[in-house]
Amino acid sequence: MIARLIEGVPRRALAMLGVLLVALTAAPLIASDYLLTVLILILYFAYIGQAWNIMMGFAGQLSLGHALYVGLGAYTAAALYVHFGIGPWLGLLVAVPVAALAGAFIGFLAFRFRVAGVYFAILTIAVAEFARVGFDHLSWTSGSSGLFLPVAQYAHNDLWNLRGHPAMFYYILLAATVLAFIFCRALLQSRVGYFWRAIREDEEAARSAGIDAFHYKMIAVVISAAMTSFAGVIYAFFYNNLFPEQVFHIARSIEIILGPIVGGVGTLFGPILGALLLTGLAETLTAALAALGVNLPGAKQVFYGFCLLLVIMALPDGVWPWLCKRIGLTERNQ
Amino acid sequence: MPADIYLNVAVGGVLTGLVYGLMALGLSVIFGVVRVVNFAHGEMMTIAMYIAVTLFSAFHLDPLLMLVPIAAVLFAFGYALQAGVINSFITRPEHTQFLLLVALAIIIVNVLLIVFGPDAQNVQTSYSYDSFQVGPLIVDATKAYAAAAAIAVAVALFVFFKYTRIGTAIRACADNYTGALVVGLDVRHLYALTFGLGAACVGAAGVMLVLIVDVTPALGPAYTLLAFVIVITGGLGSMPGALLGGVLIGLTEAMAGLLFTPSAKSMFAFAILVLVLLFRPQGIMGKRTA
Amino acid sequence: MSALLSVDAVSKRFRGLVAVDRLSFEVPEGGIFAVIGPNGAGKTTLFNMIAGVFAPDNGSITFAGERIDGLPPDKICRRGIGRTFQIVRPFPGLSVEDNVIVGALLHRHRVDAARAHAHEVLRRLDLYDKRAQRAAALTLPDRKRLEVARALATDPKLLLLDEVMAGLRPMETDRIVAILQELNRETGLTILLIEHVMRAVMALASRILVLHHGAAIAQGTPEQVVRDRAVIDSYLGAEAVSA
Repeated sequence: MIARLIEGVPRRALAMLGVLLVALTAAPLIASDYLLTVLILILYFAYIGQAWNIMMGFAGQLSLGHALYVGLGAYTAAALYVHFGIGPWLGLLVAVPVAALAGAFIGFLAFRFRVAGVYFAILTIAVAEFARVGFDHLSWTSGSSGLFLPVAQYAHNDLWNLRGHPAMFYYILLAATVLAFIFCRALLQSRVGYFWRAIREDEEAARSAGIDAFHYKMIAVVISAAMTSFAGVIYAFFYNNLFPEQVFHIARSIEIILGPIVGGVGTLFGPILGALLLTGLAETLTAALAALGVNLPGAKQVFYGFCLLLVIMALPDGVWPWLCKRIGLTERNQ
Repeated sequence: MPADIYLNVAVGGVLTGLVYGLMALGLSVIFGVVRVVNFAHGEMMTIAMYIAVTLFSAFHLDPLLMLVPIAAVLFAFGYALQAGVINSFITRPEHTQFLLLVALAIIIVNVLLIVFGPDAQNVQTSYSYDSFQVGPLIVDATKAYAAAAAIAVAVALFVFFKYTRIGTAIRACADNYTGALVVGLDVRHLYALTFGLGAACVGAAGVMLVLIVDVTPALGPAYTLLAFVIVITGGLGSMPGALLGGVLIGLTEAMAGLLFTPSAKSMFAFAILVLVLLFRPQGIMGKRTA
Repeated sequence: MSALLSVDAVSKRFRGLVAVDRLSFEVPEGGIFAVIGPNGAGKTTLFNMIAGVFAPDNGSITFAGERIDGLPPDKICRRGIGRTFQIVRPFPGLSVEDNVIVGALLHRHRVDAARAHAHEVLRRLDLYDKRAQRAAALTLPDRKRLEVARALATDPKLLLLDEVMAGLRPMETDRIVAILQELNRETGLTILLIEHVMRAVMALASRILVLHHGAAIAQGTPEQVVRDRAVIDSYLGAEAVSA
């Protein structure tokens, strides 16, 4: 099985991946607390970017409301913990289906009624906004005043309750990102992956070749939503507070898509590279501004906006394909 | 609650809705002709709003007097945007154009945030608290003036498109891009003109709204979304549809705010959007394409 | 020979325009059946109804003994009807090989089995050497053959070809004709084609249906049809008869 996964990948790429993996595994040992937090953010966005990429890059459905799944995952697990003391790993068993159901709902509405392209994107925005305002009024999760998770301790790592040192979260996210990467690779090479790509290229032609587009688009949406909700659970237990205004906000959804778009939609490594570039550069910017004594709320977002603009205008396929050509790494399935 | 209150709120909603309609009209015109989904629509309006607020606080210039100049500024902005950037994206896939405007929206909102800060600003004119009494109705002066201005601009736009040469040329481009090219129309210029007009509409709407609401940078995305709801409900590409949709949404918003909590009123707009997308995607007055 | 496809009194109108008017015909199994006629005669509308793009207003379409009118395109393909499009639609961003693998995956769930089958089909269609190229980079004749390959990979019993010779030079036309004849001979594949290129029609078809204004004006062997007065008047013209 591993042979199939690495089939067609040039040796150089594998070597580089190996080095990267080792570096990432060793990072918490040498990184400062601040750098560790930045790395955690990078991995978080890399992971979610992968999940989003399944819907867009593989199946061609533009979702601008992915914060919905993060929020649903986060709130479900957090509420279960706060109200019933249920740990996050058990909470996942509820959170993931909830998000998957939401995804299925959106997918069903959209695909049954032929809502596509930009209209589909608007639909996803609307549902996320509906959730944002809705959760503001949901008293079970403390509405707009925010849901707070009790932080018992920070000193030792309680893996079961996800309470502990940031390094614990780092390794969880690292494992998740690596697994997501492998999973996506396997998906792309599978029958489902071929059908998704066909649908993305030309849905009508795909149907004429016997592909039940509705069925496969639904699979993409549900997998994407489910994967994203896991990140939501981590989010909840890392930050320990949730506000609907922040969690479901469209700015979050846009942050989610930036990595894959800048890195390269539809590629495997794009979301990871994108997250690295964007978060890395943004934090550098913030640090630089802080060093100059300037505090500009919104500067980071302006930076993101310009990055997006630049990529769309100059490198529409993303940085990763361009980089691949530059360093001579053209892979078959990318 | 006594009937008068419902009536007053409803009328207020309709009047505000007319301004919303003008805003959505701009979006509809842009989409109807250039086929660009302007995701930065609300953000462009916020630019106009801040210009109005700044001019008022610096020079005490009444926003309504500044309507034409500010609309002109937005026109120039829209024209430059289309001519300089978007025109080269005509042949690119739909979602690429969309994301281009998403990027622009992000930049605009946050630059405004940096420059003006997140606190709400507003304009208090001499007539800010006046109202007219029409029978049992008590109508806010600001809303009345704003609505009147909105109608005036909308009518001017209708007349332009129906009766002037340029207006007809633009409609030709909308109908048939290649055909327009073939008969020698400078389509790129006309597209830019149209985007400029759409931007001018939204700029004018922004100036009017400044009289009615408080201005924060966060209004940008909120109004973009609202404009989409209106345009999709009324019918993408239909000018009367945009106004109708605006009135409908303004009314719904006002009544929902009265009957439920004010903060939940956007939920109704979104619910309407979802329903329309599902059951009548061409909107109330749109034409079915496909 | 039994009828594989049976079209029975099928009609379709589009907002006042009658595109297909109570059309009936049968395609025998293992035969090559051509539909010809002037532009606007309703040929592609007919195809679209058979392929499931839209349903007929009246009448029925029966395939291998079961009714298929009203079924969606993917179900129809799964029943065994493959189709190509008048304006070629391969998957542009995918490689030639992947295009055909998509088709092969319909009835084979393992990618390596699908790939093997795809290679067979590509060899038959003379595209094996180009299998790594992106579909969008191919020439028009190659893209047309690619579409045929993709449709063939779905193991159809009936292949619908919509003006597959359009825009091809005579040499390329002959090449595709040869491939289709070979397919029909060796595998018994039934072919229904819309065609304007009479050279191909005469070489391939065992039966021809002539459409005009949505109705059949002639049906029969090539020799019969080509000498039919109505066909000559409406479509072929007197010179064509001597060809």
